[in-house]
Amino acid sequence: MALEMSAREAYGNTLVELGKENKNIVVLDADLSRSTMTRFFAREFPERFFDCGIAEQNMMGIAAGLAASGKTVFASTFAVFASSRCYDQVRMCIAQPRQNVKIVASHGGISVGEDGFSHQSIEDLALFCSFPGFTVIVPADAIEAAQAVRAAASTYGPFYVRLSRPKTPVILDDKYRFAVGRAVTMRGGWDATVIACGLMVAKALQAADALAREGIECRVVNMPTLKPLDEDAIVKAAEETGAILAVEEHLQHGGLGSRVSQVVAKHHPVPMSFLAIKDCYSPSGKPEELLQRHGLTAEGIAEEVRSLISRKGQ
Amino acid sequence: MHFRKQRVNKKSSYPSASAKSLSAEATSSKEVALALPLSIEEMERKAKTLRRHIIAMTAKAGSGHPGGSLSAAEIVTALFFNHLRHNPSNPRWPDRDRFVLSKGHAAPLLYAALAEAGYFPVEELLTLRQLDSRMQGHTDMTITPGVEMSAGALGQGLSFGIGIALAARLDRRDYRVYVLLGDGECDEGQVWEAAMAAAHFKVDNIVAIVDRNRQQIDGWTYEVMDTEPLAEKWLSFRWHTIEVNGHDLSQIIAALGEAKLVKGKPTASIAHTTKGKGVSFMENNLDFHGRAPTPEDAERALKELE
Ligand SMILES: Cc1ncc(C[n+]2csc(CCOP(=O)(O)OP(=O)(O)O)c2C)c(N)n1
Repeated sequence: MALEMSAREAYGNTLVELGKENKNIVVLDADLSRSTMTRFFAREFPERFFDCGIAEQNMMGIAAGLAASGKTVFASTFAVFASSRCYDQVRMCIAQPRQNVKIVASHGGISVGEDGFSHQSIEDLALFCSFPGFTVIVPADAIEAAQAVRAAASTYGPFYVRLSRPKTPVILDDKYRFAVGRAVTMRGGWDATVIACGLMVAKALQAADALAREGIECRVVNMPTLKPLDEDAIVKAAEETGAILAVEEHLQHGGLGSRVSQVVAKHHPVPMSFLAIKDCYSPSGKPEELLQRHGLTAEGIAEEVRSLISRKGQ
Repeated sequence: MHFRKQRVNKKSSYPSASAKSLSAEATSSKEVALALPLSIEEMERKAKTLRRHIIAMTAKAGSGHPGGSLSAAEIVTALFFNHLRHNPSNPRWPDRDRFVLSKGHAAPLLYAALAEAGYFPVEELLTLRQLDSRMQGHTDMTITPGVEMSAGALGQGLSFGIGIALAARLDRRDYRVYVLLGDGECDEGQVWEAAMAAAHFKVDNIVAIVDRNRQQIDGWTYEVMDTEPLAEKWLSFRWHTIEVNGHDLSQIIAALGEAKLVKGKPTASIAHTTKGKGVSFMENNLDFHGRAPTPEDAERALKELE
């Protein structure tokens, strides 16, 4: 098995590096700094860290005020609280004024696991993508997470970066260079394309391996930036492979699949399919059990690609 | 579990009830089997039993929140085994007193109490956090008998409780509502929006109990977000406010009794507790907020709780 690391650990480490390089960076948390890993920063730079307690809406307001005063602000909590609980505070004080606030949230998706539906974040991408002007990023592994956080720090404007809780395989190498709004072809292929984000990218690569053994050459595109979307990569995949499967650890509406399908429908309609969380909340369970329930596994992806290919040219 | 027959009035005695509606009570009252209140010594034993369940459940699950469950064991024991009017064989009985667990991460404590009270088999407790278990990581009102509210996102239970309390007024029922909050949870603005609303609506059939264990996740409450002066805050929001030792069952019972006599305003009880109470190495130990005991921890803990 490849090296495993959680994206949130990469976030914690990167924040400390950024704190050393840039005195203007301020970090906020809401009583979850042990989980979001902002406590690494808190230990190094206590004067530039504010724990707002269990008061996420207040934290977003404070973040906005700091940003309006010239600070580059990172605000962290769990994805579910960062999104649904603070929607209006973010809308009014961060999105519309285009503030330099980076909301980096851990515990995205259902891979949160045993804590159950209250802690599983399945609507956050739809909510953050709905804000005009927000940049929305879902890194595929710890390497990409670290670089995305760096890019957020050096690019003006509001960002949402969604990280997952579990340790996940590291699939990119040190030579990798993340750029906001750029998709990465992880594996070539001409029979179909899987476009995925977050921890589903590693599973898509496994699926492509399995499909290759059956003679199906499946392209795998990592789409870390949901907004702004890399439209060229999507159109190219539609033109060159003629079928697209979108895979994400999020509700099937409002996230990656919805966004990719708009581009495909407009520029180059081809058969598409969507592997995501069905229209329901999930119970407590082990992360892998929950992902399995929604077909969010390598086998589930391979299965979906096979049936998608059978629809080509119909 | 012991039961006794007790006459319960279906209609409430809310002050504005007219003589006519009061006289209608006699005909609509009905016999309901209610649990016999336990004595102080029996409750002390029961609290220990709940603690043993909490350890066993979270250890088996390998995750969960033992610290804030252990701290409120006496509070929940006093409610379920002495004070609440409830009927485990009829969890949806319209006249039941409601217990709303706002700090939803203390679900293991609530499940332990519900199982001991007879809402479901005690064996089910060990399915905590397993796929499709009724023992969800945080409470889910749609699947677990006796669970009044889906919680887990902090700060929402008091508002929910006010809604239930206002419904009693509208329906002329005399049930009461008890909401258990964490002291860290009191950081949330919604708690204070609710506190203001309860006093404004003169809701006197609600009691907010704050589990004042002085810890949250990132540290002590005075370090993370200082809530003091906490009792004065509730007072200034026009709540009748009672401070108790949250591990002293007679003080808790007395406070709950006192709250019943308060008319025209809500009652808050600040219950001073110790997080992880009852297990020496878990007491005041932040690590056990959201970490389950290992099998070895559990063995040691259960020995201490014999
Ligand atoms: C809205 C919200 N923010 C953050 C969390 C994560 N969280 C779970 S428990 C907890 C600390 C709770 O502290 P307190 O209310 O004092 O509970 P206790 O110490 O009694 O367990 C936090 C921050 C949450 N569940 N909900």
